[in-house]
Amino acid sequence: MAAVATCGTGAGSTGSMVAAGSKNNVTSFQRRGPRASGSDSSYSRLVSIAGTRPSVRNGQLLVSTGLPALDQLLGGGLAVGTVLLIEEDKYNIYSSLLFKYFLAEGIINGHTLLVASAKEDPADILQELPAPLLDDNVKKDFDEDACNHKTAESNIKMKIAWRYQLLPKMEAGPVSSSRFGHYYDASKKMPQELIEASKWHGFFFPEKSSSTLNIEPCSLTHGYIKLLQFIQNTIYEEGFDGSNPQKKQKNILRIGIQNLGSPLWGDDICCTENGNSHSLTKFLYVLRGLLRTSLSACMITMPTHLIQNKAIISRVTNLSDTVVGLESFIGSERETNPLYKDYHGLIHIRQIPRLNNLIYDVSDVKDLAFKLKRKLFTIEGWRGRSFPNLKI
Amino acid sequence: MFPELNNLLNTTPDRAEQGKLTLLCDANTDGSFLVHHFLSFYLKANCKVCFVALIQSFSHYNIVGQKLGVSLTVARECGQLVFLEGLKSSVDVFFRAQAEPHPLQFLREANAENLQPLYEFVREALKPVDDGDAAWRCPVLLVDDLSVLLSLGMGAVAVLDFIHYCRATVCWERKGNIVALVHDSGDTEEEENNILLNGLSHQSHLILRAEGLATGFCRDVHGQLRILWRTPSQPTTQRDRSLTYQYKIQDKSVSFFAKGMSPAVL
Repeated sequence: MAAVATCGTGAGSTGSMVAAGSKNNVTSFQRRGPRASGSDSSYSRLVSIAGTRPSVRNGQLLVSTGLPALDQLLGGGLAVGTVLLIEEDKYNIYSSLLFKYFLAEGIINGHTLLVASAKEDPADILQELPAPLLDDNVKKDFDEDACNHKTAESNIKMKIAWRYQLLPKMEAGPVSSSRFGHYYDASKKMPQELIEASKWHGFFFPEKSSSTLNIEPCSLTHGYIKLLQFIQNTIYEEGFDGSNPQKKQKNILRIGIQNLGSPLWGDDICCTENGNSHSLTKFLYVLRGLLRTSLSACMITMPTHLIQNKAIISRVTNLSDTVVGLESFIGSERETNPLYKDYHGLIHIRQIPRLNNLIYDVSDVKDLAFKLKRKLFTIEGWRGRSFPNLKI
Repeated sequence: MFPELNNLLNTTPDRAEQGKLTLLCDANTDGSFLVHHFLSFYLKANCKVCFVALIQSFSHYNIVGQKLGVSLTVARECGQLVFLEGLKSSVDVFFRAQAEPHPLQFLREANAENLQPLYEFVREALKPVDDGDAAWRCPVLLVDDLSVLLSLGMGAVAVLDFIHYCRATVCWERKGNIVALVHDSGDTEEEENNILLNGLSHQSHLILRAEGLATGFCRDVHGQLRILWRTPSQPTTQRDRSLTYQYKIQDKSVSFFAKGMSPAVL
């Protein structure tokens, strides 16, 4: 029964111990250079996909998260085949904004989208995506913003906390338009023609919950099983895993799942401490298996502040690749604290994966704050002033 | 493998010990570099390795292995390495009903009792072959990592039973080694993980514990490694020998130094 992998497996097959027929070895982990595990033609095929670029560290294929500043913090972008978990802020304001940036980036780049939600209809979510900032408009706004900012701050050299002056500001200016990663205007909506021209699949749980299951009930909740089946179907039908010989896919599938783990998905980990504690983790495991074997990248937002059993949070973190936490100041005592007056919240980079490598790119700046001002979402190394109103 | 770690552990691939259970654990940091070390170490030591890789894909280990001087593709093709790729197999198991019991069968079941199919897979993979020419040194089971099994619904007792069965077959019957990684969340709420970690700690001959620095992130010192040698079968009145080093992970190697003696500081 357990077939030992002997030398008989072809060079192209992945040689898994359950040999399910010969599949094309389309994984996203391709090495740069002639000794790539795929052939040269498949490597050049990967490189030519719009909206992707290889990582400088290990040749890993990256897509933009929709926020160039976040891309920089994650070492260049989100690796294809991995999961980005966003721990939602308390009122799900900024995390849903990041979710929309992720989807908008997919539309701009022509990627296929898969939007899954239990709260809003995916069609409605797509209608509310932010509009991309075109270079000529934004240059003007940036210059005037920079003027106001610079006159106030840059001329003051810090005397006491002088080390903080060296903290970099994350990349905040727009560069050329055919770049990797775009800027979005949160106050305007994405033009209708761009949305209609895009290819997307929606999964709205209340609509799909009534259809029958053809998997025997394991400990996954109903919603997760249906979602996994839907994702797997889409990947297979559209050819993102390379197994369908008729469909040669040259595109990335961006999967966005909103509020995973919330009671709307039928999961009770946010309601009780002794709920179904393995449903979400099993879901994440199988999802990651699907992602690793296809040209797709996934962003999940999860209300981790609501999860009652803290052990689940650490398990979920271990089962995700990249984890970013958002903490907004709304309603907390920090909102009126003068230290934080320029910012709307903090960003915590909790985990970055070490893919194909012993080391990873980690930013030196650990205290990061974000703000949403004048339509733009910016992330900065937070300069906490030790003596806020002290007259020297 | 990392030559500096070999020096600290006082082993070389030629003189690898047999019949040992090595426990790797990490707390507040990523201990996967230890897994890469042992994988390349045992492949270089000419042992037959069964790698149950539950957390990353084959190409990830392969690319890192090439940096450390072993080729997993070659090892797999000539039968030295049996690789169970958890992520990929989980998709097969979950979506398609399998005719025969699959090692990851518990993913389909609501209340899987034990890990017997996985044990059968390991036993079959490390079965001694009768032909004399491809004689590998000793069988080695490598698991990355056991905490994932807890996340997927298995109880700590089921995982401990699995390791117990594997130890009986691999370590005692076939004089091989087992290396397993367990995450330590440091949180007292994670009861199942603590049971597993404590249970395994008492059975291990060697414990390597990678910890993040208590003072937080540092660019030049990535963490601290505590090495503990134990003799579980013969309780001795002597204290078990233990060493602590700090380390920095580089692109192709890991450098170890005594606490506070990082080259960046001196």
